[in-house]
Amino acid sequence: MIQKDLVEIRFHGRGGQGAVTAANILVAAAWKSGLWGQAFPFFGAERRGAPVVAFARLSRRRVRLHSMIRHPDVVVILDPKLPKLVNVLEGLKSGGKVVINSASKSGLGKGEYRVYCVDATKIALDLGLVLAGWPLANTSMLGALAKVLNLPIADVKEAIVEYMGKKKGEVNARAAERAYVEVSECE
Amino acid sequence: MKLVVMHLTGNYAVAWAVKLSRVKVVSAYPITPQTTIVEKISEFIESGMMDAKIVRVESEHSALATVFGAASSGVRAFTATSSHGLMYMYEMVWWSAGARVPIVMAIVTRTIGAPWNIWSDHSDFMSQRDTGWLMIFAEHNQEVLDSVIQLFRITEDPRVYLPGMIALDAFILSHTTEPVDVPDQSLVDSFLPSRRQPYTFKSGDPITMGNLPSNPRDNMKMRWDVHESLVAAKKVIMEVDREWGELTGRSYGGLIECYRCSDAKYFIIGVGAWVGDMREAVDMLRSEGYEVGLIKLRFVRPFPAEELAEVVRGGKGAIVFDRSVSAGSAGPLYLDTVAHLGALNVGVPVKNVIAGIAGVDVTYNDIAGVVRSFIEEIESKGVVSNYVEWYFG
Repeated sequence: MIQKDLVEIRFHGRGGQGAVTAANILVAAAWKSGLWGQAFPFFGAERRGAPVVAFARLSRRRVRLHSMIRHPDVVVILDPKLPKLVNVLEGLKSGGKVVINSASKSGLGKGEYRVYCVDATKIALDLGLVLAGWPLANTSMLGALAKVLNLPIADVKEAIVEYMGKKKGEVNARAAERAYVEVSECE
Repeated sequence: MKLVVMHLTGNYAVAWAVKLSRVKVVSAYPITPQTTIVEKISEFIESGMMDAKIVRVESEHSALATVFGAASSGVRAFTATSSHGLMYMYEMVWWSAGARVPIVMAIVTRTIGAPWNIWSDHSDFMSQRDTGWLMIFAEHNQEVLDSVIQLFRITEDPRVYLPGMIALDAFILSHTTEPVDVPDQSLVDSFLPSRRQPYTFKSGDPITMGNLPSNPRDNMKMRWDVHESLVAAKKVIMEVDREWGELTGRSYGGLIECYRCSDAKYFIIGVGAWVGDMREAVDMLRSEGYEVGLIKLRFVRPFPAEELAEVVRGGKGAIVFDRSVSAGSAGPLYLDTVAHLGALNVGVPVKNVIAGIAGVDVTYNDIAGVVRSFIEEIESKGVVSNYVEWYFG
């Protein structure tokens, strides 16, 4: 379980990849573990395929803040190619954590942070989570994030099913569970 | 009492409150960031969860005209808009208040162009403050839901009989998901009586309303009566908020809410979602030894002048944060604050900070920094040198 009073998380994805959905499900899952959460998108001229960000805050108390997150504790990267396009490490707190959708190496280099890799694209492809040709990695990344945040995976699975409905939810919950098991620290 | 916690965006909190208030007619024209309110209401109606009619229109002017017509004929009616949509509606905003027809409208606050921009500031909402509507601003999504329901009750009270608008910040609340206690329908039914209004248009019973008065004094008296009813609404607002608190355990101080004010010498004054960040700023400054408190203005109209004066009197200074500006003068909250504090003989220096315009992000660190400098200046010089400061971050 999260020990800190406030944990701030930034999701990097592409428009249509489900970063906002992941942030919303995370907050619903955290509620089941007794945590108060807030999820919000960054709205600009977003369109399908363009880099987007979404945010979440988790706390043991009601979150009063409504300003942007400038110094996240955790960064989640849904698409392995995004670090080449945007500065995914911008503002990341010293000692922060990065969870990236990547088969082996993150390609982020060394710094005052710990990196965790999971091949969420492969999990999505294995389970047939593909929409319009895109593997949907968001729920797998949520499972990996749960591991890094020390959130119970059962709560995440339940929240996924509640959000997506039984049919879509169950396969996405399986993806989350697999990523929860497979995620590991990487370079 | 049965409460169910759901994770709702601010816009969905509005939609749930409209459903729970048993609104019968909704009309709106889509505009970012309001649109998901009416989308959600459409879903409720389509799935049979809500018994109401949606009237599609070609503009915001027609949306409010439609809602005005429906409300005039005796049903609870609702609309929502933002920014340019509200500007387009402006004529009907005045007309609805003058005609004394209770309506509730949600304003998802968004800046006004040029240039095009969809982010939050309070220019659209604040530009309505002379119209005669009740104006309430929510800090978080729970307060959004609670305030919409309260507002139906307040607007339909015979001591008020005026329309009311509720503001929530674009994206910062409208598209932000937070846990919200959604009360049971029976609880809301027990709180909200059936629809009351001063007159009703019925078929077969023709009356005329809004015709040219033979004597302009009658016209002036009607405008005076709008003002008097807004002032009288203060009592109703306090009663309604107290009763809601008894039913749900949640009340918001009615007109204003004070945070760490009791022993404060300096006061931050603000409205909207950034009040949450102001609370953090107060805690931070308190830990540094600054005697600072926060006054959240929940209602902008009626303006809580005496309530504000009572708190600030005896203090050493106040700093008003405006997220809009009356260009060529100062921030609208500041103008109201200094006018009433001055007239009520509360002689403390009051500074205005104009910030967050066009969606510029303002954090609790920004707020604490500005307040710290303000207090230091008063402590060392006794006066404020730059009383209207634009803060760009």
